[in-house]
Amino acid sequence: MGWFKRDKEGITTSTKEKKETPEGLWHKCSNCKTVFTESDFVKNFYVCDRCSHHERIGSKEYFEILFDEGKFTELDANLSSGDPLKFEDTKKYVDRVKATQKSSGLKDAVRTAHGKLEGMDFVIAAMDFGFIGGSLGSVVGEKIARAIDKAIELKCPFMIISKSGGARMMEAGFSLMQMAKVSGKLGQLAENKLPYISFLTDPTTGGVTASFAMLGDLNIAEPKALIAFAGPRVVKETIGRDLPEGFQTSEFLLEHGFLDYIVDRTELKQTLATSLKMFNN
Amino acid sequence: MSTYLDFEEPLKALEEQIAQTKEIGDSTDVDMADKVHALEQKLAEKTKEIFAGLTPWQRVQMSRHPDRPYSLAYINAISNNTFQELHGDRNVKDDKAMIGGFGLLDGETVMFIGQQKGINTKMRQYRNFGMPNPEGYRKALRLMKLAEKFGKPIVTFIDTPGAFPGLEAEERGQGEAIARNIYEMMRLKVPVICIIIGEGASGGALGIGVGDKVVMLENTWYSVISPESCSSILWRSWEFKETAAEALKLTSTDMKNNKLVDEVIIEPLNGAHRSQEEMFGIVKENIKNYLKELKAIAPEKRINDRIDKFCAMGVWE
Repeated sequence: MGWFKRDKEGITTSTKEKKETPEGLWHKCSNCKTVFTESDFVKNFYVCDRCSHHERIGSKEYFEILFDEGKFTELDANLSSGDPLKFEDTKKYVDRVKATQKSSGLKDAVRTAHGKLEGMDFVIAAMDFGFIGGSLGSVVGEKIARAIDKAIELKCPFMIISKSGGARMMEAGFSLMQMAKVSGKLGQLAENKLPYISFLTDPTTGGVTASFAMLGDLNIAEPKALIAFAGPRVVKETIGRDLPEGFQTSEFLLEHGFLDYIVDRTELKQTLATSLKMFNN
Repeated sequence: MSTYLDFEEPLKALEEQIAQTKEIGDSTDVDMADKVHALEQKLAEKTKEIFAGLTPWQRVQMSRHPDRPYSLAYINAISNNTFQELHGDRNVKDDKAMIGGFGLLDGETVMFIGQQKGINTKMRQYRNFGMPNPEGYRKALRLMKLAEKFGKPIVTFIDTPGAFPGLEAEERGQGEAIARNIYEMMRLKVPVICIIIGEGASGGALGIGVGDKVVMLENTWYSVISPESCSSILWRSWEFKETAAEALKLTSTDMKNNKLVDEVIIEPLNGAHRSQEEMFGIVKENIKNYLKELKAIAPEKRINDRIDKFCAMGVWE
């Protein structure tokens, strides 16, 4: 009788031998859990077709979406972080940077590039949340500053796609001063009468909100993005009660007068082109 | 009554001893002058010893010393009580955590602006612990623009544990208010001097901290986050504040060495709080010297120098 009685308890198939769905074929919406094929998802700009949840994406995806035929020239691609303070918390900062560079394939939390958008010259700085929370450090500040110089050189509009947890603590004072640095540079852009579009995506908080993200000639945002100076947890602790529904979302900021408009990623390029033409005309 | 921090305790003991000895000398015929003199010498030595070797965390404590003078004390002393406070952002309200107005510096009109902390429990609440709301930053900007319009130099005093992280502050755009100030201060046509007199916490400090001269008093701190918050985020516990204070390189000496501030103003040996009049005098002299230096530069060049200075900050490979 032993041949149909289970004589070993539990699941014995090793993890290695388990049949997994191959990576990259399917995407499950992180909001409504609907499953799509990856290609449909990409075609829909990484937005859920059902609940229109905007999945977080990085510089690579934004460049592909925005630049004509996905063609662009990257600026200062090799700039990478120093360790001015020899900072060490539970881990050395240099090790943290190296590990993140390896796992993310990125050099730091922003990539800058110039290319064309509907035939118009355009410079974009796009932040990557995957790199130490998209935190603002020396490299981010310097790359954005140089990208602004490029826009001035090309006499073209400039955009920053913000996606950041705020300042990079491991660069302490250096990080703080990047807020001043980028703001100073934006002043020079303004002096050259070149438009600056600040595009706020989920999440945009802390020192980024308190500097360049709020300084656009146009401030625009993706739907339902978290946009804050102090994060919801800190505010909740300060006031000692629950936060109202929808607090610190793009829609909340639009209502309170801090955004020009909210744009679906599916219509981003077209909407942006319309805006830019108004300036360029 | 003075407050003594734990590392200041030895001084307290000596000071009490001196007072007692003097009293004995006064009430009896015994000559205590030699003894008092010896004790005073000991006090001087001890003071030197304690304050020469302060750790970063002790400096943070010094910056928050309850006896330390706040912005209004500096402004009143420096302007010889000619300061006339101006209120309101012309939009929402008057923020009590941020003060500003014209005053005379040896006859010359200067716009003084600063975060203000309270001197007792009631006033601390009234001043919101020196944490401005957006309207505080907008009031500061209004006053800076006013000074610019009439060609008056600007001096700001920075002393804040941070911009207020409240619900209304978020609603009214705390981030936008600070961002706007940073942007506009970068382009002010008049000389701007920023002095960190206590705590310089992050964006809340930078919101009135962009200038031709950014200087720190010796026993102050300036960084992107307080050591306590840094500890709680990076170490997930409040216990590592001393370690965080060291790691952040937030003292005046470190900030100067890293070229993130222009100068350090040395305090009287026992700290700004124990020799306040002397401190006010030192700060006043420094402001006068900076103004003289800055006025010799054409406005256009001053602005470019200011932008270039901040653009040079950062380390990369």
